[in-house]
This record gives sequence, structure tokens and C-alpha cells, in this order.
Amino acid sequence: MKNLRIGVALLALVSPFHLHAALGGRADSVETDRAHMKGTVQTRQTALYSVHEIKATSGVLVREYVSPSGTVFGVGWHGVYVPDLQQLLGSYFEQYSEGARAQKASYVGRRPLNLELPGLVVQMSGHMRAISGRAYIPGQVPAGVKLEELQ
Amino acid sequence: MRKQPSVGALLISLSLAGLLVGCGGSSSTSTPPPPPVSNVQTIAVDGGPVPGQIYPDGAFTSVTVCEPGTTTCQTVNGILVDTGSVGLRVLASAIPGLSLPKLTSGSDTFYDCVSFIDGSFLWGPVAEADVKMAGEVASASPVHLIEDPTGFAVPTGCSNGGVDEDSQAALGANGILGVGPEPLDCGLACDPSIGGTPPPVYFGCLSTGSCLTAFVPIGQQVVNPIVLFPADNNGVILKMQALSSPAATATGSMIFGIGTQSNNQLGSATVFTLDNFDNFTTKFNSQTLTSSFIDSGSNGFFFDDSAIPQCPVSSIAPGFFCPASTANLSAQNLGTNSAQNTVNFSLGNAVDMFQSNPGDTAFPTLGGPGFTGSFDWGLPFFYGRNVFVAIDGQTVPSGKPAAPWWAY
Repeated sequence: MKNLRIGVALLALVSPFHLHAALGGRADSVETDRAHMKGTVQTRQTALYSVHEIKATSGVLVREYVSPSGTVFGVGWHGVYVPDLQQLLGSYFEQYSEGARAQKASYVGRRPLNLELPGLVVQMSGHMRAISGRAYIPGQVPAGVKLEELQ
Repeated sequence: MRKQPSVGALLISLSLAGLLVGCGGSSSTSTPPPPPVSNVQTIAVDGGPVPGQIYPDGAFTSVTVCEPGTTTCQTVNGILVDTGSVGLRVLASAIPGLSLPKLTSGSDTFYDCVSFIDGSFLWGPVAEADVKMAGEVASASPVHLIEDPTGFAVPTGCSNGGVDEDSQAALGANGILGVGPEPLDCGLACDPSIGGTPPPVYFGCLSTGSCLTAFVPIGQQVVNPIVLFPADNNGVILKMQALSSPAATATGSMIFGIGTQSNNQLGSATVFTLDNFDNFTTKFNSQTLTSSFIDSGSNGFFFDDSAIPQCPVSSIAPGFFCPASTANLSAQNLGTNSAQNTVNFSLGNAVDMFQSNPGDTAFPTLGGPGFTGSFDWGLPFFYGRNVFVAIDGQTVPSGKPAAPWWAY
């Protein structure tokens, strides 16, 4: 644990180059995410995509959806807390962050996030201690995939 | 470089005896129950405390916060009542007259970071306070003071790209009272006994701004104040007036305890036990939504239905539904105990209801798009109902299933 702060500093140094990008990245970024989350990964194949399920020891489950062409077109999460979105959303993180800020400023109240931006959808629901969410790139979801499968 | 901060053993002496009993310990001596106290706290849907701003379908109350063991207290109004979270979180700026002891260990001060499903987060130190509502007192409760750190920025491990609701205007309230079906805001996942890397919920920070995620023992975590009441500590009832059309205000009460006094009996209410994530199932539109929940802190019915048009983003009601005419809908709720109930509800056009009723704050047919696999029964569900929240680990009336559960 002593090296955690050094690890965080290194991550901050490399993140501008999106080496850790998951959403929109190549399938091999799943392994980077697994290592970041100190988790275990299980992969299953469907007719239209593969799902890489990463289970972190600290109570969060992440699913990454990979198209036949090898691109992560969607990510889903579920757990006690929201996982590191900079890691999971990669190059889409800033777009998410700005969009969330703009949306929150447009209304008064509290409700599930439903952010539909150009080329990016991010949604969340749940309650304290059990938060779920997903993000996907609409243009890269393989034809025939039902959106409710991504979670 | 430093070791993961941890809350020291000395602080554990402050731990919450009542809570430990509630978490499954057993008492060897039988003490007589304390005499009944007033357990009814007024709540109101009134638009909230921010001048010039209407918070639609938010239920607010007042909470008295005291320096522990003293009569130095401040009563804070405009506190949002939220069955979807756990623990009292108050803007530090709303209690300027109080000096509450903060949770520290060595040079570390412990901060709480909570994320909400709208992409917002709250950051601030954990402090100890006596929390008073109606005649009830939760002594020495760990509470969350919402404030930005002095001299450094909120760590990115907490902010996570979200929106910092560190002011009254941003929060739409002076605080949030989480009275959901759990005793603690994090629980075992943040307790040192779990091992591994602490989740990004509690942080130990030096005054230099060097923050690391930290484990905090359950006795020091931000607590649902209800479980610290000497009696009436197993749950709460939210009782809201019925409403068939928009109204300037709506009133109700928060009654502490379930089956502990004559005014909080379960009666004929149906009990719905919850899964490990404190969810139940809602069947709607021939979909089985297994991550559904009741949340007074969501200001509408939120569910996935692509057949209902959303209000335009540029309208006065972005993110709500705008059906051409009011839709009469029906859903079935299903507990893990197989208890079932059909809920009939109406969904109106949010732009129409806001435009036709300027100044109103209570809207019984407000709703919007939600998350796949989930039905979020927000505040409109509470109008005309008594909703019981039984807290995990607490003793429930005899013959009833073990908590956590909801009943209505």
C-alpha cells in the first residue's frame, strides 16, 4: 500500500495519452482495467459481442462489451461505489464530466443520470451502497444488440 | 509516501453501543424500555430552502444538530428526507455556530465522499454530533459536514468527473437526511476487517492535501441517526397527504419506529423484503425490473419506457416525461418474500404541469426516463401512502420478516 501514491502519480502522468482508455479502446485495455481494479476477469461470448466481467475485491463489478472488430463499445458497472470513470471512460471522460455538469445545472432535483450526448450515452441508477451505471457509444453498438443487454 | 491512514483504537472508544447491538450483538442484561417520546417529525414538500428556486417533489424537514453532550445546538431547516441514502449530511455553512469534533487519527482527518446517481457528489469531514428530531435524540452520531477542503482540492478519486454539490444552491437543500434501510453509509465494505484496498468512500487527508482512501470502522462511519435513538430505532414511516393534482405544498410526517408505539403499527401494510442490494422487483410493461427501489430522494417516477416522449432539453422540464395526455399506468411490486402488490399511477406532462401551476411544488404525476432494469419509485409514490422502511440489523415487530424491508 505504501506505493499507492506513486501509482496514482504515474497514472496521472500517462492518462493524457489515454493508454488506459476502456470505452472506445481495444479489447486489450480490459486487462489494463482489471489490473487497475485489482480484480478478476471472466469472459463470455455471445453471438454479437463478448463480455469481459471484472470483479474487484472492493465491491464493484464492471462489464466491458467488445464488438467482433475488437472495440469496447460499452461498459457497465454495479457496486457499493462508482468505479474510476476516468479509467473506464478513457477518452470519453471529459465529455461525460462536462455533460454531467451541464445537465445538473439545467434542473433542480435528484434523479437517475440520463446523459445522451453526441456519440456517447451515460446512465446511472440505484441508491447509496448499490449504484449501477453504463456508458456506450451508440454508433459502435453492433447491429442487433438490444440496449437493455448492456448493464 | 505514507501508510494507508486508519482510524486509531482510541477513537473506537467513541463507538456506538446502540449500533453494535443493532448489528446482531445480544444484550445480557434486560434494561426496561425508555418511556415513549414524541416520535412524529413534520415533513413538507415546499420547494426547498433556496430563495427563488423551486425544488419540485422534494420532502424537507428540520434537524437539530448539537455539539455532543451539550446544549449548544442549531436547528437547520431545508433538509431533504431521503430513503435512498443513509446518514445525515449537512452543509457546514448551515451550522456556523457549532464546533463539532472531527474524526481524526494522528495527523489525518477523515473525510466522507458519497456519489449520487445523478452524477453529483458530496465531500467533507466526518464529525460527531447529537442529532435531534421530534423528541428523539441520536447521541454522538457520526455525521457528514458538506464543505470543500481548506487549502486543497477534492481528490479526483472522489470527484470522479462528477458535480460538487458544496453549496445550498447546488444541493437545493441545507442537507440530506438519509433514512434508507441500512444503518451505515458504507458498512463492511469500508471496515478494516474486509482488507484489501479501501473503496473511495472514506479518505484520510493530511492538512497538505495528501489524501488516501481509508478504512473506517463501522462504529465511526456516518450513521443512520434512527438506529441511535434509545427506542423507536428500527425504522421509520413516511406518511404523506394524498394529492390528485399539483399543489402549492404537501404535508406529511416522518414517524420513528415500527411497531414501537401506538402510532407506528404496521397494520395491514404489505411487507416487501429486499435483496442483497436493497432492491426489490417491479414488473412493468411486461419487463421484470429486478433492481427497483423506493426513494423519497428522487423527485419523480423514473423508469425506462421509450414509448413515452421526453420533454425537450430546452424546455422548463428537461429530463422529465412529456406524454401528449396523462397516462394511467400500472406496475406490480414483488418482494424477495414473494409479497406482491399492484400500483396504479398516473404520469403527466411535466412541461404542462410546471407551466400551468407556477409556484406549485408538489406534483403527483411527475416522472422521467430511468435506467434499464430498474424502477425508481420516487417521491410521487409517497403521496397518499404510509411507507415503512425497516433498517437492516434492527429488531422488527414479532412475526415480521427480518429487515431490511419496505412496507406500504
